[in-house]
Amino acid sequence: MFSLEGITNTVHEWLNNHFSPTLALLTEFVLVGVAAIALFALLGLGLVWMERKVAAVMQIRLGPNRVGPKGIFQTTADTLKLIMKEGLTPDGADKFLFNLAPYIVMIVAMLILAPIAFAKNFQIWDINIGVLYLSAVSSLSVIGVLMAGWASNNKYSLLGAMRSGAQIVSYELSAGLSVISIVVMTGSLSINDIILSQQNGWWIFKGHIPAFISFVIFIIAVTAETNRAPFDLAEAESELTAGFHTEYSGMKFALFFLAEYINIFIVCAIGATLFFGGWMPLHIGHWEGFNHVMDYIPSSIWFFGKTIGLIFLIMWFRWTFPRLRIDQLLNLEWKYLLPISMFNLILMTIVAIMGWHF
Amino acid sequence: MQALTTRAKAVDRRPMTFLERLYLWNILKGMLITFSHIFKKQPTIQYPEQKRPFSPVFRGLHVLNRDEEGRERCTACGLCAVACPAEAITMEAAERLPGEENLYREEKYAARYEINMLRCIFCGLCEEACPKDAIYLSETFAPASFTRQSFIYGKPDLLIPDPKTQPAELAAAKGLS
Repeated sequence: MFSLEGITNTVHEWLNNHFSPTLALLTEFVLVGVAAIALFALLGLGLVWMERKVAAVMQIRLGPNRVGPKGIFQTTADTLKLIMKEGLTPDGADKFLFNLAPYIVMIVAMLILAPIAFAKNFQIWDINIGVLYLSAVSSLSVIGVLMAGWASNNKYSLLGAMRSGAQIVSYELSAGLSVISIVVMTGSLSINDIILSQQNGWWIFKGHIPAFISFVIFIIAVTAETNRAPFDLAEAESELTAGFHTEYSGMKFALFFLAEYINIFIVCAIGATLFFGGWMPLHIGHWEGFNHVMDYIPSSIWFFGKTIGLIFLIMWFRWTFPRLRIDQLLNLEWKYLLPISMFNLILMTIVAIMGWHF
Repeated sequence: MQALTTRAKAVDRRPMTFLERLYLWNILKGMLITFSHIFKKQPTIQYPEQKRPFSPVFRGLHVLNRDEEGRERCTACGLCAVACPAEAITMEAAERLPGEENLYREEKYAARYEINMLRCIFCGLCEEACPKDAIYLSETFAPASFTRQSFIYGKPDLLIPDPKTQPAELAAAKGLS
């Protein structure tokens, strides 16, 4: 059976047989870095194409269909165009911060990749505080956004960045609380432990209504955190041209764009890990035959399937709902989502203490 | 108060109930609508490959007609140029010489006949003004070029193929083959 674990083990053994352990470790570092960058590039291209196709079918259009079969090379062509373009830095901008900001956003997106389990025993870094690490690092991306907005010396950029800051800081709370409600059930912060605890059923099924509520809150909060419509106040086209990346062009703009899609992938991967069992196959009670068939599907396919399903959900939101106003957005978080998620956390704790889950 | 029209509809201004203020049902309804769109047939016509059929009165680029024996019908009377509201048509007349009877139908013909397609508004008044059935608006449209000069169509661009000597080209131009 195909598994990513097999590939990594083979590479590890080969390197250790041929080189000294230090050199082998260094080579593995480089390989992991290259693999992460390759994954980023592929995800960026694939997700932008997927977004355009989803947008098209939801608006009863065809979408890109000229470059390659079904237009799959459209995003490659766009990226080539963006690489060719001049990366303009405005005169009044703070040159150093302006050029640094896209890389900070990118690096933060890459850092979050570390504790995510892509398949069975296929994880860059299995730390025992994985979930804490995720929520800590994901709030760093606001620094890059604020930096871009401030350094651009443009009122639209600044307003967009300020909105983005307010939004990320407030929605972090309910995203964190809904993540904690799963941690309460599992009793562990390690991503691997959380996935293993879902062997006999995913948390969204095992955790009854509280788990479902925290999933709904989680998906709303991460939609807001990644600045996606209907919460894309930071780049509201009709008000702020393009928000914090108004002044960016060429490859630096492409990096912001890429980081947005990578962030969507990462939050959907977290959602899939916490609520849908990560790479864990779908098991239903005591249907041995069914469970056995599900086990034959590789774990990497399970993980990417669930993640892409959640990404589709978020894209579905974007092409259905109109944008909220900034006061409505903050009202929704502070007056509704935060109290609900706090109450939900108490409910979840009671469920966990009394052992009412399966 | 009496309504002004029979279609008037009273606006429901009752405050929303708790369930309505949750918006959950309406959010779900909206998402179902967009999801149902996935299974609908896209009405897109993929232009260069597929073309929408024109109505019989479509007014495209002009053609200059010939009669059944392949002689030019235009006598350079200038009525089309007079009728033209955009002043897009220019012509110069010339007298038919002996031996040219197979080329021009009457004693006078247009030695130069130019239409500036950038000025033309495709109103079809030239077609209506013509007493000799010489100018028609075809179904060809959307010419593309890099220079303004190339949009001034002369006689070689406008004349239809000769039905006697070039029947195949004529059939192709009419879209019959």
